[in-house]
Amino acid sequence: MTQNRSSRQSEEDNKPYPGRRGGGTAMRVIVPLQGVVQGRGGLFLGSVIPCALFYFLQLYFKRRHRTPSNSPPPSSSSDATSSPPCSPSTSTDKLTEVFLLPRSLSRILLSPRGASTVPYLSSRANSIVKAENSPYILGLRKVAEDSYHRIDNPNGVIQLGLAENKLSLDLVQDWLVENASGAILGGQEDCREFNISGMTGYQPYDGLAELKVAIAGFMSQVMENPVLFKPSLMALTTGATAALEILSFCLADSGNAFLVPTPHSPGFDSDIKWRTGLEMVPVPCRSTDNFSLNITVLDQAFKQAKKRGQKVRGIIITNPSNPVGNLLNRETLYNLLDFAREKNLHIISNEIFSGSTYGDEEFVSMAEVLETENVDKDRVHIVYGLSKDLSVPGFRVGVIYSYNEKVLAASRKLARSCIISAPTQLLLTSMLLDTRFVQKFIEINRSRLRKMHDMFVAGLKQLGINCSRSSGGFYCWADMSKLIRSYSEKGELELWDRLLNVSKINVTPGSCCHCIEPGWFRFCFTTLTEIDIPVVIERIRRISEATKSHS
Amino acid sequence: MAIEIEQPCVELSNVAVSETHGEDSPYFAGWKAYDENPYDELTNPSGVIQMGLAENQVSFDMVEKYLEQHPEASTWGKGAPGWFRENALFQDYHGLKSFRTAMASFMQQIRGGRAKFDPDRVVLTAGATAANELLTFILANPGDALLVPTPYYPGFDRDLCWRTGVKIIPIHCDSSNNFQITPKALEAAYQQAVSTYTKVRAVLITNPSNPLGATIQRSVLEDILEFVTRKNIHLVSDEIYSGSAFSADEFVSVAEILEARDYKDAERVHIVYSLSKDLGLPGFRVGTIYSYNDRVVTTARRMSSFTLISSQTQHLLATMLSDEEFTENYIKTNRERLRKRYEMIIDGLTSSGIECLKGNAGLFCWMNLSPLLEKPTREGELELWNPILHEVRLNISPGSSCHCSEPGWFRVCFANMSEQTLEVALDRIRNFMHERASVNRSLFSNR
Repeated sequence: MTQNRSSRQSEEDNKPYPGRRGGGTAMRVIVPLQGVVQGRGGLFLGSVIPCALFYFLQLYFKRRHRTPSNSPPPSSSSDATSSPPCSPSTSTDKLTEVFLLPRSLSRILLSPRGASTVPYLSSRANSIVKAENSPYILGLRKVAEDSYHRIDNPNGVIQLGLAENKLSLDLVQDWLVENASGAILGGQEDCREFNISGMTGYQPYDGLAELKVAIAGFMSQVMENPVLFKPSLMALTTGATAALEILSFCLADSGNAFLVPTPHSPGFDSDIKWRTGLEMVPVPCRSTDNFSLNITVLDQAFKQAKKRGQKVRGIIITNPSNPVGNLLNRETLYNLLDFAREKNLHIISNEIFSGSTYGDEEFVSMAEVLETENVDKDRVHIVYGLSKDLSVPGFRVGVIYSYNEKVLAASRKLARSCIISAPTQLLLTSMLLDTRFVQKFIEINRSRLRKMHDMFVAGLKQLGINCSRSSGGFYCWADMSKLIRSYSEKGELELWDRLLNVSKINVTPGSCCHCIEPGWFRFCFTTLTEIDIPVVIERIRRISEATKSHS
Repeated sequence: MAIEIEQPCVELSNVAVSETHGEDSPYFAGWKAYDENPYDELTNPSGVIQMGLAENQVSFDMVEKYLEQHPEASTWGKGAPGWFRENALFQDYHGLKSFRTAMASFMQQIRGGRAKFDPDRVVLTAGATAANELLTFILANPGDALLVPTPYYPGFDRDLCWRTGVKIIPIHCDSSNNFQITPKALEAAYQQAVSTYTKVRAVLITNPSNPLGATIQRSVLEDILEFVTRKNIHLVSDEIYSGSAFSADEFVSVAEILEARDYKDAERVHIVYSLSKDLGLPGFRVGTIYSYNDRVVTTARRMSSFTLISSQTQHLLATMLSDEEFTENYIKTNRERLRKRYEMIIDGLTSSGIECLKGNAGLFCWMNLSPLLEKPTREGELELWNPILHEVRLNISPGSSCHCSEPGWFRVCFANMSEQTLEVALDRIRNFMHERASVNRSLFSNR
């Protein structure tokens, strides 16, 4: 009897104040502590909570050095507290945020009447402070300050960290010069009548019907195997970033998680987690099998997440993958679908590089797999965009393609905050409906990608640096582990630093991509011309020799 | 007999299934009625006239003319070499410097130079919808609240609350003082939050107001500033109709007040602006956040990566908005035309026996039909609205969808149609009022 009462009481202790929503984890720690102080909750909580706090504090300090994310789940005693559904490891993150809260808020926690004169910013706003010092951002800044130019600034920083495709811009430019004024101004070239009224007024939230038709056609054309995309299953957004975030909002609640194979795009950390409050559970892929997705490892990650109390809602795959550039084969996609079905999960297939394949492997879109399977399409959603395949990231065009009516309906309403600018929609509709241009572009772009990729990989090979086998995308995923002084994230970042500040090349270290093996680096080769490649290789060679002579 | 195996239904998030988007409210129901039977002068003269959409169509001929005469704004590759390259690839969340400078200068011109705007504090978003949502994400946590004076734009329920998990607590305003915000009402709203253990993070005002169609007076702005400073919270001033005040002197921006006091306490103030209303270009999706708080600027900039403006549009508009001769003329002419429209609709409504709130800005008027209500309640208001929508076939917005605490007020847009269409609308209203009057007379005489 007594036991029940105290456990009921401790449940009460753990409830936030009545009527308060939010204030979440901080309150869940503080309230039971208050209970302990006031003598309720008993010895059990009184000893476990401080121990748990101490443990988390240690974990927090360890995490600041960014150890691999496969940390063992905490002791089972902490599971025994009637504590909130979020797992201890997520609590760690939230505790981390509590520790990083601005002084004004912590003062409020200690003395409610202590109001500072600096108005409060949300924890989302404060979390950006951490991100500003990531290698990814620092590298971009360095390039902005001191950009390489073959003639004007030959000693500047060469950009290999931003996925822009400059290889085929000339084709797009030529089309625009010939056709653009007609396309935007809504009349024929010679027609003096100018009519912009069609594009000035309010538009449908999820994009103009004509553009959806044009993009559906484009997607069908870029896929190697013919797949029919239906405009009625689309919602358009300002870029794939927005598309991914909207889907995240639709498929999962704050505190839930997605399984994400690593290494993955550095952008995911903000795109998927930032405003949604979601977590990512890494599914590590290894160099031994060319970083391919392994369903057994996926299953393990799912089970571990479940044990930790994380609610997994879906899996996010990128195919062709970023940064490795490998493709998921048909069998893996089928197995993935089976897995998702079994665990009742969603699948988001990020296919933004599907038109940028150049290898010998066959690219299979999720859409293709679903055409042959007639059931259970409700759990599959595809993200696409024109930034990569059409080289127009400045125009901001993303696509949510979903078979789930409810997801589409919600996405369409959410897209209200990220509608593509009308003149751009009209321009691109015109461009994409020119199927001859599209065909020519895809072919030439592919061949240029292949050439550049092969040249770059060969150049690295000459230095004894091997790359993983990639069949699509803009990157070489290179194993520089021989050049790092200690086989750890620290060693990797040290090399990154030397590459940026001494050799002056901005590359992305594998740790930004959450790669479990240190020493891998992502090189974007599409920002280069053929003449630049030897310059890059030479700079790397010098670092490589400097390293060898020091060891 | 087939055996049915129940498939597990894959779940969606709370955000996806919630009704917070508010699109089942009368405000949006009216739009649906219009979509199904839209008025057209020639092909559908008995269709529903859209008076629920605050779009400015009175001045876009000037924009059209500008673009026609300045093809360099919209052509490609004929500019400096490398120009196209930079633009097609440009996805920097700082935005084109030339465009930010142009926006800052445009905002300055609208305020008659009484406030200066620094291009480096301009953050670009795809529309004011995104700007408002972004600011909410930055200033408040889920469960926190914003104080918003009623009546307010129905879209706020979605823009400020849906994804953010933040609540709106209304600051009640009523007709006794022309719906102005009072310190008492501010305090009452704040106390309501306190009583439910909700943290208030900001006051959000729209100035000029939607749906009132009136500017906020300087003394009221000063009261609000004093209030937010005292409570140590933020102030968001949504000034998207600032260029639609009927005369240049009528509008006072919070920016002017801050500049006059040397930017003291300015780090809590953020202004939202957009080209959708003043320039009549809602399709272009151009919004901005102007903040006096460095951290908000930095965070907003990074967060704007979800909602960037196409570089093509930035370039196109940068050219246009930097042309001071064009913008000066546009602003002046636009004000004049809106004022004339306003006078036209007021005259028409007055002659039909309908009163409106005295307005001096915006694309709509705030019409008082409370004398016609059977019951002075929300239901009574909707009972009146239904026949107006379906029989008179005018889509006007009921005050209840704007959270107005007094039933019987309606927002009527007048700038999204031609003068002829407005005449037709006024005729229909006149007939409606005559019919009601004669029905009332016959009811009265039959007693």
